[in-house]
Amino acid sequence: MARMKYTGKTVLRMLTLFIAVSILSFLLLEASPVDPMTAYIGTDSTFSEEAKEEILRHWGLNEPPVKRFFKWAWNFVHGDWGESITYKKPVKTVIAERLKYSLALMFAAWSFSGILGYAMGILAAVRKGRLTDKLIKTFCLALQSAPTFWIGLLSLSLFAVHLGWFPIGLAAPMGKAAEEVTISDRIYHMILPAFTLSVLGIGKIALYTRQKFIEILNREFILYAKAKGESMGQIVMRHGIRNTLMPAVTVQFASFSELFGGIALAESVFSYPGIGSALTAAGLGGDVPLLLGIAVCSAAFVFAGNLTADILYLALEPRDGSFVH
Amino acid sequence: MGNKIVQEKENVPVLSVEELSVSFNMYQKGLRRENLEVLHKLSLSIHAGEILAVAGASGSGKSILAHAVLGILPGNASTRGRMLYKGQPLTEKEKRRLRGREIAFIPQSVDYLDPLMRVGRQVMGVRGTKERQRELFGKYGLEEGTEKKFPSMLSGGMARRVLIASALMEEASLIVADEPTPGLSKELAEETLQNFRELADAGCAVILITHDIDLAFRAADKIAVFYAGTIVEIAPAKDFRAGKEALRHPYSRAFLEALPQNEFRPLKGFQPYAGKLPKGCLFAERCSERSGMCMGEIPMRKVRGAEVRCVHAR
Repeated sequence: MARMKYTGKTVLRMLTLFIAVSILSFLLLEASPVDPMTAYIGTDSTFSEEAKEEILRHWGLNEPPVKRFFKWAWNFVHGDWGESITYKKPVKTVIAERLKYSLALMFAAWSFSGILGYAMGILAAVRKGRLTDKLIKTFCLALQSAPTFWIGLLSLSLFAVHLGWFPIGLAAPMGKAAEEVTISDRIYHMILPAFTLSVLGIGKIALYTRQKFIEILNREFILYAKAKGESMGQIVMRHGIRNTLMPAVTVQFASFSELFGGIALAESVFSYPGIGSALTAAGLGGDVPLLLGIAVCSAAFVFAGNLTADILYLALEPRDGSFVH
Repeated sequence: MGNKIVQEKENVPVLSVEELSVSFNMYQKGLRRENLEVLHKLSLSIHAGEILAVAGASGSGKSILAHAVLGILPGNASTRGRMLYKGQPLTEKEKRRLRGREIAFIPQSVDYLDPLMRVGRQVMGVRGTKERQRELFGKYGLEEGTEKKFPSMLSGGMARRVLIASALMEEASLIVADEPTPGLSKELAEETLQNFRELADAGCAVILITHDIDLAFRAADKIAVFYAGTIVEIAPAKDFRAGKEALRHPYSRAFLEALPQNEFRPLKGFQPYAGKLPKGCLFAERCSERSGMCMGEIPMRKVRGAEVRCVHAR
């Protein structure tokens, strides 16, 4: 019964979120100074007024906004997500193509920041107050305050331009046929954007893990473990990870929204053909169907992340004192 | 010749603590640092086969003594004085080597177990074996499923037996038990004391830290009376059972009088706060026998076969 109620509530929350996100995105685009027509044909076009009229009618832009929105919503619910003005392809196709790039990128950044951040947090807690701790703390705070696009530009100019270790952009080598592109090509092109994107999360997860583990280290059972002859390394392996890993993973899931916010910037800097750069293009081109499609998809993604965090949290922090395992 | 060495070895105390002082570095009001001494020139010794009860009021620093012996004091603590384990200096390095192996600690409660680790693995520790753990669980009447349980699923009595079993995982010569009986029923407390007796009879030296003097009477061979961070008297338990005339320190006598089964007469005043200790005898302020001599240095001295820290004791 309680589970039914929880599921019902969750579905309701998800639907209202989707509706709110699509209305808000639509309103913002309506209010934006970007004129899709100008963006499409350019400012110095020689198109006749009749031809322009024809294009507007084709896009449905001659109708009032409210009507247009409901038309879009009706079609969206029935599986027709519309045609992207920018890419001249169905929105669904564009998103599907680009989502796999972005998912790979986000997954890489997410796991990299999680693993590295967690390890740094544990190390800082163990060395609390000493030089290592201070360095890690400073590093994390610096990372957290640095804007993603700036880190992106910096790593681009250092690793790609000056050192030449990594490609400057794109998801595959230029001029290579799509069927010839190998997995290692893809990974090679993903390293810098993934690193840039992960920077966003490292600081947060490291500082959280540090705080949590320091808390644990002050608990009585750590004192007892010491009294039983466990070394610091053994304490970390036996009690530290056991008591901090799942809370850290939960926090990491809750950071999905920041990750999605980050890809728009990281992908633009590296011309990486994912959802993020499509989003930028859609915004600049007044491409309403594509932008709304991406908005709803990202809302779903962030919602899934937060839901996972919630469920993990409930499973791990039982209120009745009995642990479910 | 060989016999003499054995003889001497038997007479060497398992642990002897000489003039141990422990102080904490603390920040008071902003950046003013204060060195707070919580144990003052404390001395005691214990032999194999003995149970020594360290008894005193709550908050008098008894647990600090236990932590100092095990080397698990917090980082801001500093110690002075000397500790010998079986005649050898017990340095911090030695403590690290010995704790868990030869020196075992029995903590107060189930809070000292990792809430997320199954009990069996915790009792095994880092060096123990499954066989030994099963054997000990059998010995202490912990049923088969217990090792798979998490600490929160244990009853008070089970937790107590689990903690004792942990101490015996390896060959301990010295066991330090910190308040092992509060919260236990009378039967369980009796059973726990019985367990300690068996351990001592098997050749362990057991230090029993407790605020329950009644318990100390029944279980211990010797009782050390703890007051304001030091030991004021160490006497055979039979002296305590015999009544206050057999005791030497005025605080020990007052302690005895305050018991419900005796006169139930409380002692006026409070223990001095560690930061504001009087000069000389720490008990002088509350003592009826106070005189000018109490203001000087009060050494531990032998009186009627026991040790006492009082210039008036006869």
